[in-house]
Amino acid sequence: MSQHSSTYVPKSAFGKWFESRLPIASLIHSSFIAYPVPRNINYFWTFGAILSFMLASQILTGVFLAMYYTPHASLAFQSVEHIMRDVNFGWLIRYMHANGASMFFVAVYIHIFRGIYYGSYKAPREILWILGVIIYGLMMATAFMGYVLPWGQMSFWGATVITNILAAIPVIGDTIQSLLWGGYSVGNPTLNRFFSIHYLLPFMIAGVVVLHVWALHVPGQNNPTGVPIKSDKDWVPFTPFATIKDLFATAVFMLVFAWFIFYIPNYMGHADNYVPANPSVTPAHIVPEWYFLPFYAILRAIPDKLGGVIAMFASIAVLAFLPWLDTSKVRSTSYRPLYKQFFWILVADTLLLGWLGAKPPEGWYVIVSQIATAYYFIHFLVILPLLGFIERPLPLPNSILESVLGQKGGAGLPSGANAEPQSKG
Amino acid sequence: MMKRTLLIAAAVLGLSAPAIASEGSTPPQLKWSFSGPFGKFDEAQLQRGFKVYREVCSSCHSLNYVAFRNLAQPGGPGFSEAQVRALAAEYKVQDGPNEAGDMFERAGRPADHFPAPFPNENAAAAANGGKAPPDLSLMPKARTYERGFPWFIFDIFTQFAETGPDYVVAVLNGYHEAPAGFSVPAGGHYNTSFPGNVIAMPKPLSDGQVEYPKGPDGKSPVPETVDQYARDVTAFLMWTAEPHLDARKRIGFQVMLFLLVLSGLLYFTKKKIWARVEH
Amino acid sequence: MAETTTAIAEPTRRDFLFIATGAAAAVGGAALVWPFIQSMTPDAATIAAGAPVEVDLTPIAEGQIVKVFWRGKLIFVRHRTPAEIKAAEDVNVASLRDPQPDAARVKPGHAQWLIVYGNCTHLGCVPLGQQGEYKGWFCPCHGSVFDTSGRVRGGPAPINLPIPPYTFASDTKIVIGQGATA
Repeated sequence: MSQHSSTYVPKSAFGKWFESRLPIASLIHSSFIAYPVPRNINYFWTFGAILSFMLASQILTGVFLAMYYTPHASLAFQSVEHIMRDVNFGWLIRYMHANGASMFFVAVYIHIFRGIYYGSYKAPREILWILGVIIYGLMMATAFMGYVLPWGQMSFWGATVITNILAAIPVIGDTIQSLLWGGYSVGNPTLNRFFSIHYLLPFMIAGVVVLHVWALHVPGQNNPTGVPIKSDKDWVPFTPFATIKDLFATAVFMLVFAWFIFYIPNYMGHADNYVPANPSVTPAHIVPEWYFLPFYAILRAIPDKLGGVIAMFASIAVLAFLPWLDTSKVRSTSYRPLYKQFFWILVADTLLLGWLGAKPPEGWYVIVSQIATAYYFIHFLVILPLLGFIERPLPLPNSILESVLGQKGGAGLPSGANAEPQSKG
Repeated sequence: MMKRTLLIAAAVLGLSAPAIASEGSTPPQLKWSFSGPFGKFDEAQLQRGFKVYREVCSSCHSLNYVAFRNLAQPGGPGFSEAQVRALAAEYKVQDGPNEAGDMFERAGRPADHFPAPFPNENAAAAANGGKAPPDLSLMPKARTYERGFPWFIFDIFTQFAETGPDYVVAVLNGYHEAPAGFSVPAGGHYNTSFPGNVIAMPKPLSDGQVEYPKGPDGKSPVPETVDQYARDVTAFLMWTAEPHLDARKRIGFQVMLFLLVLSGLLYFTKKKIWARVEH
Repeated sequence: MAETTTAIAEPTRRDFLFIATGAAAAVGGAALVWPFIQSMTPDAATIAAGAPVEVDLTPIAEGQIVKVFWRGKLIFVRHRTPAEIKAAEDVNVASLRDPQPDAARVKPGHAQWLIVYGNCTHLGCVPLGQQGEYKGWFCPCHGSVFDTSGRVRGGPAPINLPIPPYTFASDTKIVIGQGATA
């Protein structure tokens, strides 16, 4: 294997002609073939590929669903049932789309927590991280509007609750609300515009994903040690190494995805959404989709309407400031014994908030929600900035190669052999 | 699994405000032919369930999303095309307008949907004490009960997805004498499994009400009881709610097998490629 | 990558593994395409709605053309006058662009009933009845002319107006679509 990243050299005359006009082949080559990948990245780094797969899957299934779906208040529910019953493989495509949304969030949460654990947001990856937060926000907007489209009870009441949240924003709240409604309440105009925006946003996500990948490929990928690539022995080329690992991880992820699609396709949904929307009856428990539950818990933890809305948005916005809230010089939590504990407490706190979000806002649930919400903000605004000054991190390896060899015992492995990963059959 | 003792009476007595609905008792978990990874609808059960729907439920409840032709499609009750044509012809379906601009009635065709018992929801409500009987096409998917922690996590692995059917059977079986001190409002009926324990629907089924087809010994192979009727009609409604369940589970198994093989191959390929790289 | 070519000389278990993996992935990809393509074919409700339709002929007066639809396609049901029948029959079949005797375009014993698809075989416009040189149909879009048997006699249309599948259930009732394939 070469010690330097190979460059794309067009072989055919047509290749040369094309390359001099649109150098897309060399762009792909340098981004997805020769691109240097730290040799020590683990399976948590495959979620970028998994997320790309999920985005493609959602767009593809969505386009086919849109061929049969009717965005009209009196026809939407029926058209979804038509897809489920009469359209050839319509049930499959719809279950892929509905469960795909959940799987997308499963993958993105793992991706986000991987970023937090390994300090992937720290310089020089701040823009990369903020673009990720923007993608996450767009995903939430897309998922929310998509859930409204079947026009079941949860669709209707979810839309009502969320648009009322926006009305709490001072000064412009009412305007935003009426722009979303297109009427005096959630109704047919709302549904129709939500469909339009739901169809638009995934392509905006795809656009920001391009920026996200671009911003990734400038500083390069982080790795479990957080130590940057220093020599040519620290990395392997993207293809075949990362490619095959990503493909394997995606296949395993598809197994989980298929399990939900084929065996428990309604597990992630709500039974109430199989009841057509009825503006005169609210379901007993209004609950958002599981991936919104932690934020829903934060919203309800604050007894004041505007305060709750601010807390909810702040809980997402705080993520964008992570690069500056974390004062530690060390990237990877593996070398931060104290922070490691707080990381897992944060994970537990988020899961707890998620569970509380599904519970009725009464009794001790409210108090626990308030404590968990307070902790969530304390983690980011107090613990994280202070830890950088207090904590004594473990010694870092000098290089990626050293960490790899140290881990494996290192004995009998001349470093030269590692630079020739493929030369022997 | 989680069989709670029935404390409804105590729970209800403890409630001062009737507006606060107590949850109904947790429905018992039943055995369904369509549960699990190899689940399939039982044709005979769907046919019996259809008979119960037709003779009992259909006088008040619509089945809007189901067409006669569906009864002959694969993975369903297994009626023949000819049977479906004959059955559809027994129904009167409104069509029109004709050239004179009038709506008219004609015999049903396989492509028609089951005609609803009431022309609209208001008529349905007016004829039923102010509460319209809900459409049944999706009922077992549109109802559930809360599983609670940690059961909802186990359900991912056990593929337990029959909370809806269990609940529907429990409600159909849940008509009992109201306990002393429980005042059932006018037009309501006491039901142990319905949230709040008061349901507008009067007890719909009674033993021996629907005659089942006889086996070779001249007797019905299954008992003609409320419990059996409830299970059969619920299985039928599960089919109307999820008509492609058989195909879904069959294809699912093939997909899972394929993905296991593919993952295995990719794993070994990945191992081969990374074999020379310590990582 | 240059190094991947080194294996060419020696077919090994590794090659087999790579080929098997690639083949499995290709099969999976192809299998995934199938439901999506299938979903674009006519759905069950559309097929069911395409069932045969009955047309009562009694209200159709001599000389009148009635339009009916089957599977979303326009069909002309024309009650021909004796003069129109005679005109259709008295044609030198060999001289036609799409040679077909009138007898082949109606059911035996029902020569007064001509049932043809109602879209011009040129580009699908609806021709106007009892117009054009032969008083059959005249297409206003591009000037195709049809006779009283629905055969093309002039203009750009390449073939005669096709005959839909239909049968006579009785002397006064036809069933369009009977015997058609789904």
